[in-house]
Amino acid sequence: MQLQSMYQDIILDHYRNPHGRGLRDPFEAEVHHVNPTCGDEVTLRVHLDGETIADVSYEGMGCSISQASVSAMYDLVVGRSVTDALATGDSFMTLMQSKGDTTVAEGLEDELEDAIAFAGVSKYPARIKCALMSWMALKDASARALAATPAGGQA
Amino acid sequence: MTQTVSRPGAGAHTPLPLDVEAIRADFPILSRTVRDGKRLVYLDSGATSQKPRSVLDAERDFYENHNAAPHRGAHQLAEEATGLYEAARAKIAGFIGAAVEEVVFTRNTTDAVNTVAYALSNAATAKEPSFRRYAVGQGDEIVVTEMEHHANLVPWQQLCERTGATLRWLGLTDDGRLDLSDLDTVVTERTKLVAVTQQSNILGTINPLEPIVARAREVGALVLVDGAQSVPHQPVDVAALGADFLVFSGHKMLGPTGVGVLWGRYDVLDALPPFMTGGSMIEVVRMEGSTFMPPPQRFEAGVPMTAQVVGLGAAVDYLQALGMEKVQAHEEALTAYALEQLQAIPGVTVIGPPDTVARGGAVSFTVEGIHPHDVGQVLDDLGIAVRVGHHCAWPVVRRYGVPATTRATFYVHTGYDDVDALVEGVRAAQRFFGVTPEEATA
Repeated sequence: MQLQSMYQDIILDHYRNPHGRGLRDPFEAEVHHVNPTCGDEVTLRVHLDGETIADVSYEGMGCSISQASVSAMYDLVVGRSVTDALATGDSFMTLMQSKGDTTVAEGLEDELEDAIAFAGVSKYPARIKCALMSWMALKDASARALAATPAGGQA
Repeated sequence: MTQTVSRPGAGAHTPLPLDVEAIRADFPILSRTVRDGKRLVYLDSGATSQKPRSVLDAERDFYENHNAAPHRGAHQLAEEATGLYEAARAKIAGFIGAAVEEVVFTRNTTDAVNTVAYALSNAATAKEPSFRRYAVGQGDEIVVTEMEHHANLVPWQQLCERTGATLRWLGLTDDGRLDLSDLDTVVTERTKLVAVTQQSNILGTINPLEPIVARAREVGALVLVDGAQSVPHQPVDVAALGADFLVFSGHKMLGPTGVGVLWGRYDVLDALPPFMTGGSMIEVVRMEGSTFMPPPQRFEAGVPMTAQVVGLGAAVDYLQALGMEKVQAHEEALTAYALEQLQAIPGVTVIGPPDTVARGGAVSFTVEGIHPHDVGQVLDDLGIAVRVGHHCAWPVVRRYGVPATTRATFYVHTGYDDVDALVEGVRAAQRFFGVTPEEATA
């Protein structure tokens, strides 16, 4: 069954027990992103401490891939600088564009931690947007949060 | 002893009116496999239908033997192309009981709706007084329903934004029907046009058009019927409909993509200015200005999708040979079976009418604990093609409080075995995601 390659246990665990879910204060930016082809939605807040992502909080509805992806992202980005977090986002994008090429996934394993489990999604073009939605929201929210705190985000 | 699963058209249930096995042999794509050798169970005809060989042959024959731009040129090929194009128009007109000059070819349903919506706003600024009769402006109202596909909603929202008119709508009942209780207060003397679908693409509901048409007549409003999901699946006769416009797509009725139909009452079409302008639709062109052809040419600017029109003609031949009453009865039997089987699965909820009364073969449902995308992914893994999402009818899913649905749609090649595969697939999804609710032991 091909399905197992996409629905790794790690993904289903994140889906059933999401990390960091819920909208929290304080935050410098809140964004709402949708996947218009299917109606997946996420509302995501970013709280910065200087250039460090102090918290990402979110609410969303959607398929297991979209919801698990935001949970795995939360683990990866909180406590890191915006620049580092977005670089990891670029690596996740590379993984999503890998069309199931395992050598790409192997090279990214250490950096992406749990998010490497999404490698199987890259074989299903229709689902890539589901996995990327939260990363797009993070990119958008981080840019707005940085813009909202011109003094360097002193909280 | 009855055995149901392996036979597409018979078994323990009402024998299907159409010979599914013979029909499947007419559709080349149904003989391919998907996802590692699985039989293709195509339950997405509501999005686009598959094409029988006769339609593909008609297009190929046009290109191989008759290709030319119709209504231009003095050569034999141009004459043949024009003949085939207009013969297809006559065939399609006959299919819906219309006069030939009332059938306008568009790209699809969306294009047909936009043609009317832009004609109504262009009417407000038309130079010719004869084109201003149906002008829409401030103080006017356009009425739609909450059940509309985005194609029959967004163009009207946009028309209202362009003209200052107001959009109003009829709501839905909890059981997936139009709520007509406030019809008389929503459709009033201010209403210029009522746009309503004949059959919902997501709920399957077949709407009662008579009271809506009657009310529109009382107040002098035009009526546009979206037939994208009805014309392919049931007999539709424009005289019986009583509306002013009927729009539908070729690709949902076994025809090619890129061709749709705008039917309009001749006197109404004749009073409308064009939307797209350019070649083919003009009468006289001078540098200072131009005059336009009468309908249908006024609304067919540019070299048309001739091969697709010819292909749609072949699709109509195919459907007429089967008989539209039979097609409707066939889908009704499948729908009854699917509703019964799906609703017997704990955790499955049908979004739309729960029985086959005034209902077509679009069956939307949710599976408790599994997002429709994930249901669709498991079904796809089993070779079953369904649609998941909001089905271009976002207000409908919002109305019923679900983020999205899984939708199965049926057509002439669908058999009981396809429905059995769907039902087994839904159970497989429940097992895969570990959400199998307590089964009532039968």
